[in-house]
Amino acid sequence: MALTEDQVRWVAHLARLEFAPEEIELFTAQLSQIVDYVNQLQKLDTEKVEPLAHCLPISNVFRPDEVQPSLTVDEALANAPDRRGAYYGVPAVLD
Amino acid sequence: MELIDRTAYELLDLQRRGEATAEEIVQAFCNAVATRDPLIRAFLHFDRDTALEQARAIDLKRRAGQPLGRLAGIPVAIKDVLCTRGVPTTCASKILRNFVPPYDAHVIARLKEEDAVLFGKTNMDEFAMGSSTENSAYQITRNPWDLERIPGGSSGGSAAAVAACEVPLALGSDTGGSIRQPASLCGIVGLKPTYGRVSRFGLVAFASSLDQIGPFAHDVRDTALLTEVIAGHDPRDSTSVDRPVPPYVAKLDEPVRPLTVGVAREHFAEGLDADVERCIRQAIEVFRCLGAEVREIRLPHSDFAVAVYYLVATAEASSNLARYDGVHYGYRAERYDSMIHMYSRTRGEGFGKEVKRRIMLGTYALSSGYYEAYYLKALKVRRLIKEDFDRAFAECDVVLGPTSPTAAFRVGEKIDNPLAMYLSDIYTISCNLAGIAGISVPCGFTKQGLPVGLQILAPPFAEEKLLRVARMYERETDWHLRRAPWPPRGSPAGNGHTAAGT
Repeated sequence: MALTEDQVRWVAHLARLEFAPEEIELFTAQLSQIVDYVNQLQKLDTEKVEPLAHCLPISNVFRPDEVQPSLTVDEALANAPDRRGAYYGVPAVLD
Repeated sequence: MELIDRTAYELLDLQRRGEATAEEIVQAFCNAVATRDPLIRAFLHFDRDTALEQARAIDLKRRAGQPLGRLAGIPVAIKDVLCTRGVPTTCASKILRNFVPPYDAHVIARLKEEDAVLFGKTNMDEFAMGSSTENSAYQITRNPWDLERIPGGSSGGSAAAVAACEVPLALGSDTGGSIRQPASLCGIVGLKPTYGRVSRFGLVAFASSLDQIGPFAHDVRDTALLTEVIAGHDPRDSTSVDRPVPPYVAKLDEPVRPLTVGVAREHFAEGLDADVERCIRQAIEVFRCLGAEVREIRLPHSDFAVAVYYLVATAEASSNLARYDGVHYGYRAERYDSMIHMYSRTRGEGFGKEVKRRIMLGTYALSSGYYEAYYLKALKVRRLIKEDFDRAFAECDVVLGPTSPTAAFRVGEKIDNPLAMYLSDIYTISCNLAGIAGISVPCGFTKQGLPVGLQILAPPFAEEKLLRVARMYERETDWHLRRAPWPPRGSPAGNGHTAAGT
């Protein structure tokens, strides 16, 4: 196994994903298989190769800092699971 | 020939000549959806009344002598990953079950400007992650050539809808083959434009450095038409490139001469089905007969493409899908103990298995201690893959090969083996990693009667040449004229009954 169940639980925490114990077991096996597969990249010598994140020769694209038409408050909040007036409702962060 | 079997081009012609109205055309396709979709299950959302209303409005404009758009009265189905104002957009995910976008994607606005009839939202693998459309939270879409088989994915609903003649044109998105592979498996044409050619504004993001929107159609002419409509600069997508869109349709019938086609040994590797190989070899012979020089080329790093893709795409996905937090839109879990628990339960319940697998893999590849070994390593090999294509295109105009190593597989065949599923994209993935353009065109059938697709790859922004080369092949063959039989193979209605599914 390339990955342990503890590692999978840690990654699940980082990704904010809740899993049932049997899912952790299944994912540990499946992700281990995939990680074993992608490990073939280690065979290649890439010491002198620059990483390529993006294929276009574009870096920063700027626009003038001008106010543009945008969504109304009602439109922006229309899909919120917990709308409270002009705000998004969330559970208490501090007790 | 029935209206529903025709191409968009023919339907536009019928309207111009006064032989059919937009309403008659849209009515015919609505009827096809009503009778066929209960078996095919391509559509997640379909609003017949609105489509007919749009059609009548176009007929009125025509009668009043007003100028009409280039897609006037033509139904176009939309993969449910593209935002449509006021129309549900779910990405086939439970987490977006009730999401109704407050704006249109750029390509949707373009379709409206050209008087197309927006014709429903199509099924897909959840968040475009998959190769069979089985990862939808809502339904399984069937291949119109054999109902026991998958239509490919992730844009399987769009491909199946066109192949079943429920709509003449459709839009999909392609991150690692999600337009070309289902086009191949459904016996139609599908194009992935160059990265940056079509604005991604309003496309729900999966892997932002790979995603592109593209068309599905029965033939290359319709593909060129729809590509011409959706391509072009849009300041709302900073990766959309500001360069003119060539007249793809006007130049389509000009053959590319001289033409050098590259054939890579790596595209005929272990795992390639013998019937698929036979069809591709025959297609290469067609080009030889047309006077093309066929040159053997090498793409030495293609064996690593799947591994690179499943690190780069998952890393980008883990970041993009962080926005589904149960706060701004979409599903929120009912019970939780804290803010963090609300996030993790919402996401645990709202995402399907494949999406969670990919978020996990991407999070792992980006996590402290693994970033260099996995994510950064993958980006370096990505450059080697791109350089393979730079060298190839220095000596040939296009690269030919199979779109998919096999024809359509059976429903359920690969769903429990993620790695086997990933390997079905082995020939399409490099195109996205290298940011180039690619098309799949029908090029024959297996002994079992399943369609096979020829993939043609071209350098960045060479869509015009790509479409002309594809058209050269199409003129010599009649695969694009075939339509899936109805009632389809494997249909419960049995043989000879025409009213299946009503």
